[in-house]
Amino acid sequence: MIPFDYQRATDAAGAVATVSRHRGAVFLAGGTNLVDHMKLGIARPDVLVDVSRLPLDRVEPLPDGGLRIGAGVRNSDLAADPVVRERYPVLSRALLSGASGQLRNLATTGGNLLQRTRCRYFQDVSTPCNKREPGAGCSAIGGWTRYHAILGASEQCVAVHPSDMAVALVALDAVVRVQGPDGERAVPMGELHRLPGDEPERDTVLEHGELITAVDLPELPVAARSTYRKVRDRASYAFALVSVAAALAVEDGKVAEVRIALGGVAHKPWRAQRAEQALRDAPATTESFRAAADAELAAAEPLPDNGFKVAMARGALVSVLTELAEVNR
Amino acid sequence: MEAEFALHVDGRRRPLTVDTRTTLLDALREHLGVRAPKKGCDHGQCGACTVLVDGRRVTSCLTFAVASTDVEITTAEGLGQDGELHPVARAFLEQDGFQCGYCTPGQVCSAVGVLSEVEQGWPSAVTPDVRSTPGLDDEEIRERMSGNLCRCGAYVNIVAAVREASP
Repeated sequence: MIPFDYQRATDAAGAVATVSRHRGAVFLAGGTNLVDHMKLGIARPDVLVDVSRLPLDRVEPLPDGGLRIGAGVRNSDLAADPVVRERYPVLSRALLSGASGQLRNLATTGGNLLQRTRCRYFQDVSTPCNKREPGAGCSAIGGWTRYHAILGASEQCVAVHPSDMAVALVALDAVVRVQGPDGERAVPMGELHRLPGDEPERDTVLEHGELITAVDLPELPVAARSTYRKVRDRASYAFALVSVAAALAVEDGKVAEVRIALGGVAHKPWRAQRAEQALRDAPATTESFRAAADAELAAAEPLPDNGFKVAMARGALVSVLTELAEVNR
Repeated sequence: MEAEFALHVDGRRRPLTVDTRTTLLDALREHLGVRAPKKGCDHGQCGACTVLVDGRRVTSCLTFAVASTDVEITTAEGLGQDGELHPVARAFLEQDGFQCGYCTPGQVCSAVGVLSEVEQGWPSAVTPDVRSTPGLDDEEIRERMSGNLCRCGAYVNIVAAVREASP
């Protein structure tokens, strides 16, 4: 770890000004990913601007019926929030399936979105990685690919995004509020994370110095019937092989509204638009759910070690939708 | 870069001057002589370094000491009062919830955190309905304690200890 100067931010604008002025400066919030990356030599900042004391730690109702989640709200507090549990159970479930109790107490909403891939090669500075060092090559391609992408990968990078929370937020059409040196902007969750393309070093569309200040959830009645299913190698405290966030409303035996996103399958939380399209006005039956999963996964391009993920994603998606259809009955 | 500040550890104010790169875990163990929290993986994966910060369990290896100046830090050493063991630590003794003991201070701090989280009604990943108020059966204990590894494999007795310590 290289020496760094530690500064505690007193307001968001000041923090943004400091980091945008200085290429080697980064924001520090919960630290669960950044501190680890500094130890591993993946991140080498020389200025840390600690934003964890900024007043961004509230979950508040919005005038339009939605909910504003401050970027500093800890993952454990958000998962336990009574309104989130009642109206957006998929979000609570996704958060609770991630990391451990200790880490959820530290990790923040903003930091969770900006956590980086757990690709073994990305995390090992002795192996080439285009995400760590553009142009160095990808060690996963031709390497061990059990945990890697089956959708949307490129010849430069096959890593997957590790967040559970982000998968739920994509399904919920959340909006990320960002403060930059030139003011604020709003980024729809589905557009925050990128596919790797030929710039795998860029995880998101955010520019250096931009600070996530909040995540807004829209009012979304269908989200009251939502859930998150995570399939992994251990029963607890492991990253997803495949995960599914879904919300479903059934009327007269037909799908009235459906939201689906997949985790563990791509460089970004994967909104399953083809599956959603296939289910519009379809009978809420297992046959429809199977057809929808097939429609989504037709584009899958598994790697040598992760062909099982296609069947696993299909199974998880059908199982989750069937469960939600039962609840609707 | 050196920083001069004070930590509040187990009820005492502890001034120190350390490099900003010093984690809370290293500050406690190497600079303040508080050796209850242990260094296992040093990457937040094993839970041996677990302490309570303002009553909430966290991994002290992923926190910089310089970022911990305005909080109350409690280690397993500081849990007891007036020479008496904390009820959770006593339950670990009574249920034989350890073998070598290396992970135990982290396990005990984590269990104290779990009991507080359950008391506040926090659900877990195995709570069937997140809208409900969860109880603390063995499945819930195992899920909630999954951030603390025990390489001796004393898990059965650790679950029994947490069960005994729960109200």
